[in-house]
Amino acid sequence: MPPDSPERPAPAGSQLGTVASVLRLLPYVRPALPRLVGGLVASLGAGLAALAIPRVLQRLVEGPLAQGVAAHDYTALLWPTLAVLGLGVTEAGLILLRRNLVMYPGTRVEAALRTELFRHLQQLPAAFHDRWSGGQLLSRSMGDLGLLRRWLVFGLLQLVVSTITIAVGVALLLATAGWLGLVYLAGAIPVTIIAFRFSRRYRVIARLSQDQSGDLANTVEESVHGIRVLKAFGRGEDALESFSGQAEELRRTEIRKAGNQATVTTSLQLIPELTLAVCLMLGVWLAAEGQVTVGALVAFFLTAAVINGPVVDLGMTLSMTLNARTAVDRFFEVIETPNPLTDPAEPAELGEGPGHVVLRGVGFRHDDAPAPVLDGVDLELPAGTTTALVGLTGSGKSTLALLVPRLADVTAGAVEIDGHDVRSLRRHDVRRAVAVAFEDPTLFSATVRDNVLLGVDDDLPSETRERLLHEAVEVAQAGFVHDLPQGVDTRIGEEGLSLSGGQRQRLALARAIAARPRVLVLDDPLSALDVTTEEAVTTRLREVLEGTTSLIIAHRPSTVALADRVAVLSEGRITAVGTHRELLASDDHYRYVIASLEADWKSGEHDHDTEATR
Amino acid sequence: MTPRTTAPPPRRDPRDVHADDASLLDRTTSRAVRRRSLRLLGELLRPRWRPLAWAGLLIVVGTLGQVAGPLLVQAGIDTALPALRDGDPGRLATIGGAYLAAAVLGGICAGAYVRAAARVAQSVLLELRRRVFRHTQRLSLEFHESYTSGRVISRQTSDLEALRELFDGGLTGVVSSLMHMVFTGAALFFVDWRSGLVLTAALVPAWLLTRWFQRRSQLHYREQRGASARLIVKFVETMTGMRAVQAFRREPTTQAEYARLGEEYRDANLRIFGVNGRYQPGLVLIGNVTVAAALAYGGWRVFEGQLELGALVAVLLYVKRFFQPIQQLGMFYNALQSAVAALEKVSGLLAEEPTVVEPQRPTPLRRARGELRLEDVTFGYGKGPVVLPELDLTIPAGQTVALVGSTGAGKSTLAKLVTRFYDASEGRVLLDGVDVRDLSTRDLRRAVVMVTQEAYLFSGTVRENIALGHPDATDEQIEAAARAVGVHDFVTGLPDGYGTEVNKRGGRVSSGQRQLLSFARAFLADPAVLVLDEATSSLDVPGERLVQAGLQTLLADRTAIIIAHRLSTVAIADRVLVMEGGRVVEDGTPQELVMQQGRFAALDAAWRDSVV
Ligand SMILES: Nc1ncnc2c1ncn2[C@@H]1O[C@H](COP(=O)(O)OP(=O)(O)OP(=O)(O)O)[C@@H](O)[C@H]1O
Ligand SMILES: Nc1ncnc2c1ncn2[C@@H]1O[C@H](COP(=O)(O)OP(=O)(O)OP(=O)(O)O)[C@@H](O)[C@H]1O
Ligand SMILES: [Mg+2]
Ligand SMILES: [Mg+2]
Repeated sequence: MPPDSPERPAPAGSQLGTVASVLRLLPYVRPALPRLVGGLVASLGAGLAALAIPRVLQRLVEGPLAQGVAAHDYTALLWPTLAVLGLGVTEAGLILLRRNLVMYPGTRVEAALRTELFRHLQQLPAAFHDRWSGGQLLSRSMGDLGLLRRWLVFGLLQLVVSTITIAVGVALLLATAGWLGLVYLAGAIPVTIIAFRFSRRYRVIARLSQDQSGDLANTVEESVHGIRVLKAFGRGEDALESFSGQAEELRRTEIRKAGNQATVTTSLQLIPELTLAVCLMLGVWLAAEGQVTVGALVAFFLTAAVINGPVVDLGMTLSMTLNARTAVDRFFEVIETPNPLTDPAEPAELGEGPGHVVLRGVGFRHDDAPAPVLDGVDLELPAGTTTALVGLTGSGKSTLALLVPRLADVTAGAVEIDGHDVRSLRRHDVRRAVAVAFEDPTLFSATVRDNVLLGVDDDLPSETRERLLHEAVEVAQAGFVHDLPQGVDTRIGEEGLSLSGGQRQRLALARAIAARPRVLVLDDPLSALDVTTEEAVTTRLREVLEGTTSLIIAHRPSTVALADRVAVLSEGRITAVGTHRELLASDDHYRYVIASLEADWKSGEHDHDTEATR
Repeated sequence: MTPRTTAPPPRRDPRDVHADDASLLDRTTSRAVRRRSLRLLGELLRPRWRPLAWAGLLIVVGTLGQVAGPLLVQAGIDTALPALRDGDPGRLATIGGAYLAAAVLGGICAGAYVRAAARVAQSVLLELRRRVFRHTQRLSLEFHESYTSGRVISRQTSDLEALRELFDGGLTGVVSSLMHMVFTGAALFFVDWRSGLVLTAALVPAWLLTRWFQRRSQLHYREQRGASARLIVKFVETMTGMRAVQAFRREPTTQAEYARLGEEYRDANLRIFGVNGRYQPGLVLIGNVTVAAALAYGGWRVFEGQLELGALVAVLLYVKRFFQPIQQLGMFYNALQSAVAALEKVSGLLAEEPTVVEPQRPTPLRRARGELRLEDVTFGYGKGPVVLPELDLTIPAGQTVALVGSTGAGKSTLAKLVTRFYDASEGRVLLDGVDVRDLSTRDLRRAVVMVTQEAYLFSGTVRENIALGHPDATDEQIEAAARAVGVHDFVTGLPDGYGTEVNKRGGRVSSGQRQLLSFARAFLADPAVLVLDEATSSLDVPGERLVQAGLQTLLADRTAIIIAHRLSTVAIADRVLVMEGGRVVEDGTPQELVMQQGRFAALDAAWRDSVV
């Protein structure tokens, strides 16, 4: 898990302003808006009540109470007390209201965004998932959306309330305190400049830090998925070291972030206080000159004290907002990745059919590969026949297998099933018609039953499902599942790793068979089986394959034996089609690829040295 | 986990992840879990008391600087103004200067505090991250099979995030808030102790409310941690198996399941907000009611003539001020609850004991010769059935042994015992006469290396992946290893050669190429004992031949166990073991076994039939 940080592309959305960036959330937030506004009003109300209480106290004590004492009128005590109590209860009530109003939008929006992200990820094709590390996706789905929730619940309101408080306060100062107000306002200029510069710098670091935590999550994931390899080579310590390096980098980024935050905290606290110091001297001098009254001076400082709180908090609020903005950017970076593999606008109906598959001039090139892997593949799989696909390692067999169920799209030519281009059909229809057993089993940490019935509709009656399960298990010679502690209801560990290699492969095979597809694609389905089991599987499979169009990728003659005919894939195209015997007799390359008797290969080796382009 | 029991607590079955997910715990367990979590927090904070104290000092000074402001304003108006009117500007200058100084000091300390707090927080996080990582690497496979990577990731990410929030948000306010309350309270007692008693009385409902909050939020935070872990597990698993999900049209069901888990998590969050959303206003309410009570009581005494009116104003302002930071304290407590719940999970992971333990006093083994002996070894996975009953086997140094047998016979299991992925339930596994349980992991891994049945590549370059076998290897050595398995030409054909990224799980290379690359790792590692578990199963025939040619030279002087279904591999073996149902049923040279007309002979015949 080497910490790879190639030059990151300019983060998506970074060219947008923070407001524009966050506004992209609007469609998701809209249903929650009334509550958010309500929360805002409640919040302002609570703030006002909090401000009012001390004033009211003072007024009451010095006014009515003092008169009451003079008049010995005990009721004069009652009203002020009730008033203070009322205000106090109101404040608490408004806080309660605010919290209850904002908690729904925050959490609901978060959950909605999260499911939306997941939905989109499930649509994106394999190429996307190959490129994007799991950790990066996970950190978007959990970390970033969590940040967003907290911002929606706390940050947003605080930002608005602070801004309003500051604006109203400054306006009040300007209106009432004249020169002093202007001096105080002058402090706003450096504050704005600093806040602005801070935002620019902080945004970059926030992005870096969130990206780095994604990478870190990814390293953790790989270190667990690859734990067998790490253990087998005793590389735990090295993995720890490289992880520590990454974590240390993240730490440094975080400290850098805190450094920026510290600068802005200092300035936001220092500048208003400094202006206040100036105001104090100026004010006292003005008062001495008789240009302002002492009362006005006192009022000025009281109001300024109220503004100072939000100004100091502004640093926190601002960085919270910037973090949220980064989260939004990272979220949209994935959400706005277009899906190149979509259902057509007007899908054709596949209907019933025998499962006749034709590949016409199929080409396929990986996004980042210089040359295509497949380049003009013409192959027909007549309905009900079994074709073996043979080729050297890396010749593109598995790639071809992905094209039939449209897990990837051809870059040239077309794949047709029963006369329909797969791109003109709904993906689900294509994939219902075509089932694949991948070369690595890709099992889930669920029960055997769930794994085998993965491709079987949930709404089938349970007897039918049960029958399919047992038939598939029987054909794949996976009878071992009945000996597991809870039979077919045993959970099989992460990725099925509490099974033996051959057992996993047979479950993957059973899964493809259970789906009862029209077209079955088996990618090297017997590689992990011993000869005896292989024979048993082959015998049963041949019966099942009767009537099912099948494409079997094979490295061994024993697997080829399943097929009626063999296609040879070489240099991106099909170079020969025929029966095993025919090809052995006629095709040099085929002999080279498949023949393993020593005598054969010793003589063949020299002829084919050039061909061994692995 | 349960305290006050004399017998050692029964070891928790590592497969039992439900225990990890439980949020409704009985009283003793709940206490024990919480104590474990707090202990971890203490362990992390104790060695950092100096920077913590420094941060505390900064915040105190910073707060003082802030508090000084209003006092100085008052002093300015009360004393400097008359002095100035009398023509003495000195006083104004002094107070103004003091204000400037306080502003600068306050600002600088506040900023420095942010830095200091981040430094502590980040160093705690780093240490915890490393600890969790190291510990998960130490834990046995048995554990990982049931705990799943998603859970480990959730411990490392979202749980640690909760801890970080404690430092980020909560901690800032708590010191200054407490200080503020203590000072205000003291001042109140000084001005009027009776009102002080009213204030003290208010602490009773506040305490009760806090107890209520503690109990409820503890439960809800536990639920939240569990829900978030389940959500992450689902996410990771779906992303890992995305191809199968898409190929078998599982998107709608996974989507529904994920949405359900997402809702669970959302509801857990809502419950927390709900509890917290009552706690905070509750505290405010208590504060405000106390102010009213102080007003009523104090007012009454003013009427009775026991209290000056002026003093009443002061009393009321003090009481009000006393409660001002209470929301901040509440927020801190909330963050603490969240962090403790998260640490409960993390400490739970850290408390897992590996079933394969590192010896206390390892027997050193500098250069292994590579003699392997299994003495009366019995083994079963966890509580499952016995997979290997009573196995006795000696493999002399330098021998190449082929291990064949039907699938599920226990071949990989035998390999995993030799490489000590698992420990035998009974009997011993000896390397050069030393029990592998007495060898340090370092020595053992240097001596015995296995190419596992699952060829796993890490994201990173080809070079990095091969170098895993021997991190200090030079580029030439890496290339030589690649050449030896015949993958060099392929690699140089890649856009960036050895520097090409292989993508997630080696998605950029074909499965055969993946196997070759993992093979190259083993070549590079150059161990005394090499275990190859189906290392060539996905290779094409020419590729397999090349590998075998390479193997023949590589294995000349080392012990090797080759597990293979393709009997072509057997050709290079000195000895063949046939396994069936966990037992070795045939043992001899290939020629001998063919002569014996037993299972191997049958297998061999079938194999010869199947090839051309
Ligand atoms: N994402 C990718 N980007 C670029 N090249 C890729 C990518 N994925 C695969 N390739 C290349 O495409 C070629 C074909 O790979 P594929 O998996 O189809 O081979 P294969 O015939 O199935 O081989 P094997 O027999 O080993 O399974 C390989 O050379 C591989 O390196
Ligand atoms: N981690 C595990 N937890 C529980 N049972 C396991 C685990 N790994 C393997 N088993 C069981 O132990 C038995 C032997 O498995 P093992 O992997 O040793 O078989 P194998 O001989 O290597 O088979 P294959 O040729 O299919 O790889 C099998 O029945 C398998 O289900
Ligand atoms: Mg392949
Ligand atoms: Mg095995």
